Amino acid sequence: MPISDQARAQMREIAARYPSARSAVLPMLHLAQSEEDAITTDGINACAEVLGITPAEVTAVATFYTMYKRERVGKHHIGVCINTMCGLLGGDAVWDAVVEATGASHNTATADGEFFLERIECQAACTHAPVMTVDWEFMDDVTPASAVEILDRLRRGEQVQATRGPVIRNFEATERTLAFPDDGLADAPSVDDKMVAGLKIAREQRMQGGNA
Amino acid sequence: MGTPLTPVITEHWDRPDLYTLDGYRAVGGYQALDKALASDPDDIITTVKDAGLRGRGGAGFPTGLKWSFVPQGDGKPHYLVVNADESEPGACKDIPIMMANPHALIEGVIITSFAIRANHAFIYIRGEVPNAVRKVEFAVKQARQAGLIGKNIKGSGFDLDVVVHSGAGAYICGEETALLDSLEGYRGQPRLKPPFPAVAGLYASPTVINNVETIANIPYIVDRGVEWFRGFGTEKSPGFKVFAVSGHVKRPGIYEAPLGITMRELLDYAGGMRDGSSVKFWLPGGSSVPLLTDEHLDLPLTYEAMAEAGTMLGTGTPMVFDQTVSVVKAVTRWLEFYKHESCGKCTPCREGTYWITGVLEKFEHGQGQQAEMETLTDLCGQIAGRSFCALGDAAATPYPAAMKYFREEFEASTHTSADEQFDPIASYIFAAAGVR
Amino acid sequence: MTITNEPGAELDSRPELVSVIVDGVAVSVPAGTLVIRAAEMLGIEIPRFCDHPLLDPVAACRACLIEIEGVPKPQPACAQVVSDGMQVRTQLSSDVAREAQEGVMEFLLLNHPLDCPVCDKGGECPLQNQAMSIGRPESRFTEDKRTFDKPINVSAQVLLDRERCVSCARCTRFADQIAGDSMLELLERGAQQQVGTADDEPFDSYFSGNTIQICPVGALTSATYRFRARPFDLVSVPTSCEHCASGCSLRTDYRRSTITRRLAWDDPQVNEEWNCDKGRFAFSYMQQGRIEWPMVRENGELRIASWPEAIDVAAQGLRAAGSEAAVLVGGRSTVEDAYAYARFARVALGTDDIDFRARAHSDEERNFLAAHVAGSPMRVEYADLEAAPAVLLVAFEPEDESPIVFLRLRKASASGTRVFSLGSGGSRGLSKMNGTLIPAMPGDEASALADLPAEIREALAAPGAVIMMGERVASAPGACAAAGALAQETGAALAWVPRRAGERGALDAGALAGLLPGGRPIDDPLARQQSADAWGVDPSSLPQRGLSGDALLASLRSGARRAALVGGVEAADYPDDLIASLGGVDFVVSIENHHSAVTEIADVVLPVAVVSEKAGTFLDWEGRPRPFGQVFRDAMRDCDAAVLAMLAEQWQMSAPSSVSELRAELGRMGPWTGPRESFAPVATTHSPGTGVRLATWRQLLDLGVMQEGEPHLAATARDTVARMSGATATRYGLPTSGQVSIHGPSGAISVDLEIDDSMIDDVVWLPMNSEGSRVYRDLGVGYGDVVRVMSGGQL
Repeated sequence: MPISDQARAQMREIAARYPSARSAVLPMLHLAQSEEDAITTDGINACAEVLGITPAEVTAVATFYTMYKRERVGKHHIGVCINTMCGLLGGDAVWDAVVEATGASHNTATADGEFFLERIECQAACTHAPVMTVDWEFMDDVTPASAVEILDRLRRGEQVQATRGPVIRNFEATERTLAFPDDGLADAPSVDDKMVAGLKIAREQRMQGGNA
Repeated sequence: MGTPLTPVITEHWDRPDLYTLDGYRAVGGYQALDKALASDPDDIITTVKDAGLRGRGGAGFPTGLKWSFVPQGDGKPHYLVVNADESEPGACKDIPIMMANPHALIEGVIITSFAIRANHAFIYIRGEVPNAVRKVEFAVKQARQAGLIGKNIKGSGFDLDVVVHSGAGAYICGEETALLDSLEGYRGQPRLKPPFPAVAGLYASPTVINNVETIANIPYIVDRGVEWFRGFGTEKSPGFKVFAVSGHVKRPGIYEAPLGITMRELLDYAGGMRDGSSVKFWLPGGSSVPLLTDEHLDLPLTYEAMAEAGTMLGTGTPMVFDQTVSVVKAVTRWLEFYKHESCGKCTPCREGTYWITGVLEKFEHGQGQQAEMETLTDLCGQIAGRSFCALGDAAATPYPAAMKYFREEFEASTHTSADEQFDPIASYIFAAAGVR
Repeated sequence: MTITNEPGAELDSRPELVSVIVDGVAVSVPAGTLVIRAAEMLGIEIPRFCDHPLLDPVAACRACLIEIEGVPKPQPACAQVVSDGMQVRTQLSSDVAREAQEGVMEFLLLNHPLDCPVCDKGGECPLQNQAMSIGRPESRFTEDKRTFDKPINVSAQVLLDRERCVSCARCTRFADQIAGDSMLELLERGAQQQVGTADDEPFDSYFSGNTIQICPVGALTSATYRFRARPFDLVSVPTSCEHCASGCSLRTDYRRSTITRRLAWDDPQVNEEWNCDKGRFAFSYMQQGRIEWPMVRENGELRIASWPEAIDVAAQGLRAAGSEAAVLVGGRSTVEDAYAYARFARVALGTDDIDFRARAHSDEERNFLAAHVAGSPMRVEYADLEAAPAVLLVAFEPEDESPIVFLRLRKASASGTRVFSLGSGGSRGLSKMNGTLIPAMPGDEASALADLPAEIREALAAPGAVIMMGERVASAPGACAAAGALAQETGAALAWVPRRAGERGALDAGALAGLLPGGRPIDDPLARQQSADAWGVDPSSLPQRGLSGDALLASLRSGARRAALVGGVEAADYPDDLIASLGGVDFVVSIENHHSAVTEIADVVLPVAVVSEKAGTFLDWEGRPRPFGQVFRDAMRDCDAAVLAMLAEQWQMSAPSSVSELRAELGRMGPWTGPRESFAPVATTHSPGTGVRLATWRQLLDLGVMQEGEPHLAATARDTVARMSGATATRYGLPTSGQVSIHGPSGAISVDLEIDDSMIDDVVWLPMNSEGSRVYRDLGVGYGDVVRVMSGGQL
């Protein structure tokens, strides 16, 4: 499916944010991925055309970054952090459970296109290990059972709330957010107990803190 | 009574509207900006220099000094680039800052840009955390609407445009020159230095690249002063730090404290180790710094003390592992990460991480050879100091450090797999709850 | 010593010298020199893969790590600039450096397949050589090697074995920095990093072969050379390229009298270390379809004849014509052969009717060449292009018509040279030179030159500015005069860049009516005297000024000439029907190496050597001699001059037959210091009519006869399309894509239309001699003529 004229116009809009248009290639590729559910030849060619660079130059960029997928992702991207902290604190078990529940494997999608699984690297949420992501939104402190339950609810079309983030939409919507971050979801809950663990103690113990 | 916690950046994180302009202003936000706009930009640089703020991204380079390298009056555009690519295993403090207190970052960006005479600032946020991207974008939008970003900010004559930029999954982009290449729309591979970014950075123009936490410190330093800031920490490590404690502790989370607090004190704040558990090894700030053991718990968490102990403060986000963890498995997992994230540009890192990972995986499965322990030491030596950028050095770090304290585990791994030595289930954080 | 392109290394300025000590030996080098170059000056070779003196340093491979006193970590010698007093220790004197290099070498070999016995590069491979000098005898690596499917085509011509690649990025940097063809890139990352292209855009660069040559391993190989030979079985001969007037130095490798490959050879003053794919890959023509034996026509059919018989028949026919004979020399002759034709015409045949311009030509062009170019010393050199503040191209598309000029202009443009192109549209080449188009309707260049904006006149008035005219000025009435006037007015240097390798040499050798060798006017008594002296004849025996160009062709056609001696001429290269012209004479002798339209009608065909079988010289566009030696001898065929000497014997004349004799005779004649022909403008009434005008030129890779037998190369040629502006398409009711047909008096060409809004309106561009678009033959028109355009593929 070729990239629509509207998407091309939006690509040009992204390019206009930067002093040098080529800087826009990453968010433009996010947009292309949002349009096509993957980085396709059409998406690459559209970026190249808008930026006036070669498709090879865009391909070089698109293949460098792991968020860009050459295979179609489908409805939801499911990431399970398997880096040392998350993996050893239970992420490995979460991964096994997710694989078993979906029948998919690393960097592949389920046959029905519902889920795409990825063993992801550190998500900058080690305090919340083990961490799973759904469409790159945080699902903190998961267990194998809670992870599978999240998938079940997604499959049933139920509303799933990210632990620190908005109600789950879908992969394409997240990719669009990365291209156009003003997505109206900034009021999503983003601070939890762990993020104020020290603050809570400081308040309880009346530490003067930085105001001393 | 030990070192008290000092919530500064984190002080109002329990305020639900802190992420909004009104919420931030209600707790004194953007006062520092007024102060800054009324000053000479050079005085702000001097203030930050005098405060002794050191970069919070890992390297600890003096921030004010970095700013002062930007040539002034050179007729070229200057740029501020915020490194919000937090991807270091164990580091989890910039993302929380952006999600909880984005305006502290934005205020810092405006003040810093004013100081270094940049009219364009970029916040490069790793793409895997859309919730941080949208929070920061929202803060930028509100600041723009309030005239805090844009033309002639608050009548000062200072213009600033701020662009929130999403990355797309590459740890290497935390390396500042790789980040610049990435931000220019290329593969995120590090650049040759010199020229240094302060002279020829983004679009070959003078550029300052600072970590999120570093920039978020700026409003407080400008507002409260050098003396105040230096009232915390040590001579060489002044100020406070957003510590993020993770691992087998009772209350993993964010603890902002003065530099110089000890790991034992932080552990106490974090509720201690989970029941029945003790510290086996810990890392002060990310997987790229050498690990320490329980014998190091009373060392002050400062740049200098950590260096003396043979490690680094790094990102100041301690990871604590208990006795259920196989160090062989932990190190292997980190090396798999470095192999995955090696950009491919230089030979030692590209090929070295490939090789080391392969050998370590054999050890993890109990199939290492005795002689390969020395080979691994050699290989790490063939990367360290010889790779193009610090990623190679980082990849060469975990194994020698682990060997220093846990050689016997590698020896055991010549015949027994890590999972047989250490039941993986025992290390699961939800193990106590009986969850399989 | 390697010439570096570091700033401050200009030869005429005296760079500041710094002293650096390498392995205890002090050497003074210009400030800014890289450590690896400083070490080279001392004969110390530091291992390297990514380093290349003509590419920006990347310090990626880390093979060149050395120790610098006071620096804690080993540093890459390829990126480290020397400083005064710097103490450098290489692997020869430093354990740190040696161990670092050994470590890197071990890493480089890790995933390398070590398939040297079946690798084209084996025997000339930097990886192999340096592994021998700095590598471990045995590998400690027992894990699985990384594997890739292989080989893959990055173009029809270039194959990639990703397992052999060491990610030095020389190829991708060449493509990006030198050629400007960023179609070859590093893809993926980490251990999976690999060279590659976009899904649907191969690496069809005119310069792609250079990547094979600079690949320090066997990762890039050529489809034609692959598995053909081992380097150590080859004999290498330095040669010069015969494909165009850029003047590349080449190395020709052969085995058992068969050329296996050609490489670009180092010539910092000319081609640096590069060449184009035509020069590199197009050599099969020399080994295929050659005329083996002399032939004479009997009962209307050519039959094989002995050399004595053929020479006898040819001489008889030519002698019968007396001085009513004409000589046509193609533009591909060596200086020596062209000189032999020039001499034979004047001395044996007694005619001045001679012309080397087997292409569109004009009397104005002849007069311009006679006045400004013939026999002149080098006035504009490659180095001048690099230093020029501004260069104006007139009817000249360097990437197609002189590719090394293009590379140098591109290099110049990167360091500030402004490139202007007077033409009917932009081009890929012009964009790659950051060039600016100055619109001119095809054929109307003269008026565009006259109306040149003041800003550009000013740019050309800056010292060092250059005006470069391509061969198409001959199709633009008044353009030579206008360019000459512009040069006079601005002080810009004027360079004429012919397309063919032999044209400048033929001009200087006297293969043009009215000009004796060295640009000597044939009417000048001293010029006649000098030539006659050299030739051992009486000046009075030399002919008076004869005919050239259209007048000469017309005289042939009308029967005013009785015989024609035709050497190395492709009839299809003429806009007009050469065969019809030759039909007007009684007797045609064709001196050729391949069967052609001319041999088909010739009465005698005399086979001659191709460049590999003879020595000779080309003059490149600068006027720089590009001498070359014989690669291997062919028992049956010699150079054109030798054949002409055999013919001359039939006149009882002795003529030099060897290259050394010819060079010596030319040398004795020396340069012409007398008055040159003054430029005689030719009044023109250029009125092609209204409608769409045709812009056309030969693309670098096309149906040229010397590219025959190279399917891989041909597959990298650009697609045949018609280009025009969107407005023009709209005006003529054409679709913005799909087929269009372009009609001329002889027929039509149907091709895909490509809308190109850099084109000026009312112009359509077609490749002149490409698959599906042979303009002269198919349309019967040429550059600047009016054509009709219609939608669809109807003919």
